[in-house]
Amino acid sequence: MAANELSSPTFSLQRTPLYGLHVENGARMVPFAGYEMPVSFPLGVLKEHLHTRAASGLFDISHMGHIALWPKSGKLADVARALEQLVPMDILGLELGRQRYAYFTNERGGILDDLMVANLEDHLLLIVNAARKDADESHLQAHLTDQCRVERLDRALVALQGPQSESVLARFAPDCTRMRFMDVHRCKLMGAECIISRSGYTGEDGFEISVPSDVAREIAEGFLENSDVELIGLGARDSLRLEAGLCLYGSDIDETTTPHEAGLSWAIQKSRQRGGDRAGGFPGASILLQQIAQGAARRRVGLRPEGRAPIRNGTSLFANLEATEPVGSVTSGGFGPSVDTPIAMGYLPMELTAPQTTVVAEVRGKRLPVSVVELPFVKTGYKRC
Amino acid sequence: MLKYTGEHEWLKLDGDVATVGITEHASTLLGDLVFVELPDVGTKLTKGDGAAVVESVKAASDVYAPLAGEVVEVNQAIAKDPSLVNSDPLGAGWFFKLKLADVKAMDGLLDEVAYKALVN
Repeated sequence: MAANELSSPTFSLQRTPLYGLHVENGARMVPFAGYEMPVSFPLGVLKEHLHTRAASGLFDISHMGHIALWPKSGKLADVARALEQLVPMDILGLELGRQRYAYFTNERGGILDDLMVANLEDHLLLIVNAARKDADESHLQAHLTDQCRVERLDRALVALQGPQSESVLARFAPDCTRMRFMDVHRCKLMGAECIISRSGYTGEDGFEISVPSDVAREIAEGFLENSDVELIGLGARDSLRLEAGLCLYGSDIDETTTPHEAGLSWAIQKSRQRGGDRAGGFPGASILLQQIAQGAARRRVGLRPEGRAPIRNGTSLFANLEATEPVGSVTSGGFGPSVDTPIAMGYLPMELTAPQTTVVAEVRGKRLPVSVVELPFVKTGYKRC
Repeated sequence: MLKYTGEHEWLKLDGDVATVGITEHASTLLGDLVFVELPDVGTKLTKGDGAAVVESVKAASDVYAPLAGEVVEVNQAIAKDPSLVNSDPLGAGWFFKLKLADVKAMDGLLDEVAYKALVN
């Protein structure tokens, strides 16, 4: 055993409001994006994963960033129009009480971060990745200050994910049963002003709940009183999102991958595409819109090793057993507890992306056959109607 | 009598052949194993060589050769069912048997008291 894999260095790391709860529940804490976060609880990654798919998992995602965009004019449309300069999404058309998946692009059509944007009537609320929140805030400040006041909110964020999550949350917020996938509602939870969205990062039905930091623990403990709920760490969060075919910023997508290569151009609404009312007008538009029209040279695919050995992030992929030059690489890889096989995602040249294509991964000097498969690996449970 | 390494392996000597596995402490920290790769019988290892690989949902870790020797038997049962390493790390979850190049080298390993002091 490598000793460094069994220790958890802790130096100048931030803690979320639920740190104490994690430690008291036996969490194994690890550094992640500048925070001391629970990677697993005594249940273990495998059983935490399966529990989430079967019942309800409670996740602390307070390391993620909340950024509010307030219109200086008082008109939300002005903020929406301004944000459209940085993301290729239809933000003007985002209805009150709805949220939308988005990403900031750069001039080369790469992705600076992926995020959720919610219309909360008097402002837009952005939920951004932990490792990118400072960069995102600067990016917004640099481009939108004429139209918006950009405010970082110091709030906690928890997620309830899995088929029993609705009944868990309904005890505290009965109206949540009426929410559809990607609805966002403000509501009182145990007396505190909260923002609930029906969304998540597991492929399951569930909710992400923004709560004031000082009541985060009380609310989390309220959920945990329900025997259907278990605390879930970042380890299972990663295996759940991988089975659901969802991208991890910094692994599957980054400044060098375009949304089209990543299979994320579905998130660009017609109004921002060629021929739309507000076509283009975001960084990298010419590259991205051309790729949508004419295709890109590579694409993100699902990968399933034919054997039992997982193929991890960074594993080289070859066109065949004899090939000496890699044609792509794995960007996320591990074991899928629900599918009970190793699973991965990675980039391959277009000619190798058809499902059932066999490519070859090199693991510890061995060449292992890997099948290209459709994403996601599991059936998703989003409550769309 | 079991001997231990600082890399969380245990060894049990029978003649000049040591059975090698990972400790309960290690198996707990690794979490549920989903894949084990064992060395080929006949592999000659020097101390510290990567001998086996264990993978959890989250990560891959190496199991190192605790001493020099030749692999004379491997436990295929854990390759078929890696959960044996978690449920019975000191018994059915053993990894391989190593014919030691130098039996006296066992004396340099940790005894139970020293290993427990290391992990606590």
